[in-house]
Amino acid sequence: MSHDNYDDAFIRGILDKVKTVAVVGASQGDDKPSMFVVKYLSERGYRVFPINPGRAGQLVAGVKAYARLADVPEPIDMVDVFRRSDAVPGVLDEVLALSPRPKIFWMQLGVRNDEAAARAEAAGMTVVMNRCPKIEYGRLSREIGWVGVNTRTLSSKKPQRLGSGVQRLQLGPGVAKPR
Amino acid sequence: MDQESKAQRAPGFATLSVHAGAQPDPTTGARATPIYQTTSFVFDDVEHAAQLFGLQTFGNIYTRIGNPTCNVLEERVAALEGGTAALSVASGHAAQVNVFHLLMTPGDEFVAANKLYGGSINQFNHSFKAFGWNVRWADTNDISSFEKAITPKTKLIFIESIANPGGIVTDIEAIAKIAQKANIPLVVDNTLATPYLCRPFEFGADIIVHSATKFLGGHGNSIGGVLVDGGKFNWAGDDRYPMISKPRPEYQGIVMAETFGNFAFAIAARTLTLRDLGAALSPFNAFLIITGIETLPLRMQKHCDNALAVAKFLSTHKAVKWVSYAGLPNDPTHKLAQKYCPKGAGSVLTFGLKGGFDAGVKLVSDVQLFSHLANIGDTRSLIIHPASTTHRQLSDEQKVAAGAGPDVVRLSVGIEDVEDLIADLDQGLA
Repeated sequence: MSHDNYDDAFIRGILDKVKTVAVVGASQGDDKPSMFVVKYLSERGYRVFPINPGRAGQLVAGVKAYARLADVPEPIDMVDVFRRSDAVPGVLDEVLALSPRPKIFWMQLGVRNDEAAARAEAAGMTVVMNRCPKIEYGRLSREIGWVGVNTRTLSSKKPQRLGSGVQRLQLGPGVAKPR
Repeated sequence: MDQESKAQRAPGFATLSVHAGAQPDPTTGARATPIYQTTSFVFDDVEHAAQLFGLQTFGNIYTRIGNPTCNVLEERVAALEGGTAALSVASGHAAQVNVFHLLMTPGDEFVAANKLYGGSINQFNHSFKAFGWNVRWADTNDISSFEKAITPKTKLIFIESIANPGGIVTDIEAIAKIAQKANIPLVVDNTLATPYLCRPFEFGADIIVHSATKFLGGHGNSIGGVLVDGGKFNWAGDDRYPMISKPRPEYQGIVMAETFGNFAFAIAARTLTLRDLGAALSPFNAFLIITGIETLPLRMQKHCDNALAVAKFLSTHKAVKWVSYAGLPNDPTHKLAQKYCPKGAGSVLTFGLKGGFDAGVKLVSDVQLFSHLANIGDTRSLIIHPASTTHRQLSDEQKVAAGAGPDVVRLSVGIEDVEDLIADLDQGLA
């Protein structure tokens, strides 16, 4: 499949079904985008496992970190990769060794490796590249509208709040389906 | 997992004009955008507050930085322009200050077209100069003058798509190529065209500014401005633009370009410049502008159709020496109008009377339906003499270069019945 553009329905399908996310390359500093993603997703009901050998066993953005993917005690639905594009094949090797195999292989903004994508797809995984799950959740729930971002969605449905937060929304139904 | 989903339909321009950015209110179901006339917003808890201040989650804190009514306006204009994100501010001028504050440091230069709204020319010649942001003027009639004006200190190029006051069209794509070659962003003021007539991102612009006071709001009731991020300029690692490319001490060392991808410019505009310079848009003004935008396609088409009829009437009138309007077939920029704004050339035009300055003054005084005031883009038709008002502080040379010489009268043609407008001008010219 083409990885230049993804339909909202495709991304929404992933974010709706995934329950557990391992974040590979979850860096040290509070200022790093990977920390933002760990925090944001865990507050929207995802169980997030930061993978960082240097901080194994510690709390990272409020969530326990693990040294390697294989150390995560639960089945992982989605692996979110914050590494350079040329480091992706190595990560994929680790992912393919996991049992059960994660369904989603997701690469962050600026990360794209078409060969690794093809290999992951051949192994039955769904691949997303050059996207941030925080930004995509933000777009499809329209929370990101609160910072003036074009969500590229339209809806005349009332948005549903998520849990008890004043400004947390559920993923929306989005654009009208094609006729 | 359905990987073969049907290709998503893109909604049309009129649909976006009505809907983009808006949704029924989650607590009340209110359909029209509520006017969140509040300064502040409660937090869930201390942790939530800290996350908001640290840009780790999306939400509202304080109306100077963001407001849900203003957010609807921002997404609406971003969607209509095809941009990645936008920021609403107090005025078009504030949008310009905001853009320049992000990109310029003292001692830098920028290249600007000589055909601009007089207020922008003043801003560049005076207040921006006081900040150490130095303008070098280029001539839209000679595109090579843009390239010649670029130096190692140049940080951006600034033009208007349809230019004030003469309603002429600028060759956006040619100038965009020059900007790309110099690896600097092209900023386009798209106020007179609006995205209904012209979408500068499609021709290589990087940032768009609007005076939403004009055709976007459309009803002459609210001052406002919007800046739009085109999402294409590569800020990452570019030392010349440290506000977007370098770790920001204001936010624990975040690099905007790294954290926010292709909408980093708009986020920096909000969290750095708007936050510190403070030119926030009132939620009430945002509401009125949003409401105006819902009829943007209908109004703009009527504006253009009326303006063309008025321009044609003037061009054959015995008292009129010349008319400047890109919609007229013999206008020097008519071909550019056909390329950049095929639906119409806007509704701002100028003309010169054979009786010169005095005849112009008499006309302005004798019209009954045209309003004599300083604005453009109202439902009402407007008339003014730019040389003694909007372009007054320019040198005589600059005035003529800008198309605002002493005999020039400017019209902003409204959406009234065009026969009434023509009759009013006719009796005024008699």
